[in-house]
Amino acid sequence: MKPFEQIVAEHGPMVLRVCRAVLGPAEADDAWSETFLAALKAYPELPADANVEAWLVTIAHRKAVDVTRARARRPVPVEELPDRVSSSGRPESWDGDLWDALAGLPDKQRATVAYHYLAGLPYREIADIVGGSTDAARRAAADGIRALRAVYPRNLEGAK
Amino acid sequence: MMTKSDDQAGDLFDALPVVDEDATRRLHERLVAAAQRDGLLDLAYRTFNTPVGALLLAATEQGLVRIAYAREDHDAVLARLADAVSPRILQAPARLETAVRQLDEYFAGGRRTFDLPLDFRLSRGFRRAVLTHLPEIGYGSTESYAQVAAAAGSPKAVRAVGTACVTNPLPVVVPCHRVVRSDGSFGGYVGGEEAKRTLLTLEAA
Repeated sequence: MKPFEQIVAEHGPMVLRVCRAVLGPAEADDAWSETFLAALKAYPELPADANVEAWLVTIAHRKAVDVTRARARRPVPVEELPDRVSSSGRPESWDGDLWDALAGLPDKQRATVAYHYLAGLPYREIADIVGGSTDAARRAAADGIRALRAVYPRNLEGAK
Repeated sequence: MMTKSDDQAGDLFDALPVVDEDATRRLHERLVAAAQRDGLLDLAYRTFNTPVGALLLAATEQGLVRIAYAREDHDAVLARLADAVSPRILQAPARLETAVRQLDEYFAGGRRTFDLPLDFRLSRGFRRAVLTHLPEIGYGSTESYAQVAAAAGSPKAVRAVGTACVTNPLPVVVPCHRVVRSDGSFGGYVGGEEAKRTLLTLEAA
């Protein structure tokens, strides 16, 4: 079994991108930390042939669901919180418009987009994580990408 | 990782850094602190540079469990620790601060004995009996393999003493370098003969 340090080094950046995409930068650190602490606890029992990426994303997904539920219980809608950090100058800051676009997606579309395009998981595994069929996961991701393109056109222009 | 063959998303996620060094460092520190707090940091390790090369230090909650020379291949040593002790291993220098300070003092010539909690779980039976005797060989002096065999209770087990020394999981701190051949030549050493010479020369100064 690999030392857990190696799991953090190999997959930590991917999990951080996923947490940022799914929850936004403000809550991503907490979700990443809770994901890797839970993973560290369970790691000795992980089967040798397990897909480590899918395992980590599964844990991260559960943490994200917890955060989303806690957010729903809050009196103030999250859209009104100062979540945008695009011009904060911090190294981890990234395009606030992209976060706004991702935040505008339905949860399932945002999750399937992140797990496929940022974690690199096949739709079969994503279906196991978010529920529903493989085809439904593929459709949700495609719908999500289409919706993102519609509201986040800047990179398209920049690429021309 | 974004799959190149799948260009549906194209450059949509370019704004997300693939690796964010600052965040990675910050989150790693936070993970170490949380793991320590929850009793999940079964093994903490770090490496540091010495006159005998880079040493890997690893500690359980009980104490220092492994010191490894670079020639032992630190990655391979960590992989074996994952199997022998626990895979809950993180690079966590704080737990090894005292050990590093004492080793620094030793290599600077200012320390003659180590005062550190040691975890001997990687050694059993006669090898362990040999290792627990070794700290009784004082700084600057040496014993032959035969003398150590006698002191460990098995005068005929000279060859087994050699094996115990060369498989010593805690070299330098448990001074197997002070065990030499009866003809005065160095004999083998887990860190290589050159390292053994460096340590004995340091202690003879």
